[in-house]
Amino acid sequence: MKKFLKEEPQIYFSNDNKKIIKVIKYFCKGCGICIHFCPKKVLDWDKDFKVFAKNPNDCIACYLCELMCPDFAIFVEKEK
Amino acid sequence: MKEEIKNYLRLDERFPHILCPGCGIGTIANILIRTFNELNLDKNNICLVSGIGCSSRIPGYIDCDTFHTLHGRAIPCAIGVKLARPYLKVIIIGGDGDILAIGLSHFIHAARRNIDLTVIIVNNYNYGMTGGQVSPTTPKGKFTYTTPYGNLEEEFNIYEISKSAGAIFFARSTTYHVTHLKKVLKKALTKKGFSVVEILSQCPTLYGRLNRLGDAVKMLEEFKNRTIDISLIKEPGEIPSDKIIIGILLDREREEYCEKYERLRKAINEKRD
Ligand SMILES: Cc1ncc(C[n+]2csc(CCOP(=O)(O)OP(=O)(O)O)c2C)c(N)n1
Ligand code: SF4
Ligand code: SF4
Ligand code: SF4
Repeated sequence: MKKFLKEEPQIYFSNDNKKIIKVIKYFCKGCGICIHFCPKKVLDWDKDFKVFAKNPNDCIACYLCELMCPDFAIFVEKEK
Repeated sequence: MKEEIKNYLRLDERFPHILCPGCGIGTIANILIRTFNELNLDKNNICLVSGIGCSSRIPGYIDCDTFHTLHGRAIPCAIGVKLARPYLKVIIIGGDGDILAIGLSHFIHAARRNIDLTVIIVNNYNYGMTGGQVSPTTPKGKFTYTTPYGNLEEEFNIYEISKSAGAIFFARSTTYHVTHLKKVLKKALTKKGFSVVEILSQCPTLYGRLNRLGDAVKMLEEFKNRTIDISLIKEPGEIPSDKIIIGILLDREREEYCEKYERLRKAINEKRD
């Protein structure tokens, strides 16, 4: 089985657990599109030049990062 | 990953994909499967056909019926699929070189016949896969590896070609306007007849680098600043010449070829009996 199937996505919760940002690091190519276009500046580069959620509390679940990502590497979920 | 996205991807074989970091083609694949999902299209009833090129790699990653054909020949192969299996939703995806250079005559004749196909043209202004040569959509004066002193030729206007050849639907969008792109793709996929969607996409590795346009983020910012939606234009004369118009530019009705063909087939069979 391929490596990424074994590898769990990185999961970031907001404090109230209502917004969940999942990053599949193995897919992310660090292009920075999601980081730049996130309206709330939630995301940033980590030490591997991949994406992590710096302040998940600010996320407004606009799904822009998810829609613009060319590599299917970031997903946002919102609990009702 | 979300289940509805997973459902349409060949995840266990091919990912991560081969496209360069920040390439807009990935975004187009992403939006395309979301469109399928929102239209509730069964993946067993979609056939994605492509030629050769970076953009033509998309069908390789999407889990539906796919057909990776020869360079420039995606449209004739798709016509064959459509005539044999008219119930399939046949979608062609290809680059500007694939559809508008080597495959241009196929494009024009398919539009003339008005066969129920949707053509998605990924316009990244050059030949990506072969290393950044000039294409029919490279703007005048721009640099590629085969135009090191600037392109001398005028570029094609895909809208004018589609309109005069007889397409019933034409829309233009970009990889920056993702929700807009989803909207026009939805419209194009529900039209019955030959519909064309031109998507401006960034090629940061070749076109972006040779023209000093910066990275993918800078190229997307340029799409944001240089485009204007057709619904915002009140008078035709007021468009600044450096702006690119996006949105649905053409939407009309004409009789579709497969329906005519089916009618003729039935009529002949009845006469025989
Ligand atoms: C008959 C034939 N001629 C030439 C080629 C070489 N070739 C492969 S891809 C390509 C151009 C691809 O450019 P485009 O369609 O714009 O797609 P992009 O890679 O930019 O997405 C060419 C000329 C080929 N494979 N087959
Ligand atoms: S847009 Fe996707 S590939 Fe690019 S940095 Fe963000 S998560 Fe990574
Ligand atoms: S959903 Fe919107 S606000 Fe939240 S991380 Fe993505 S782009 Fe930023
Ligand atoms: S060469 Fe250009 S079009 Fe091809 S994958 Fe790289 S960035 Fe995309």
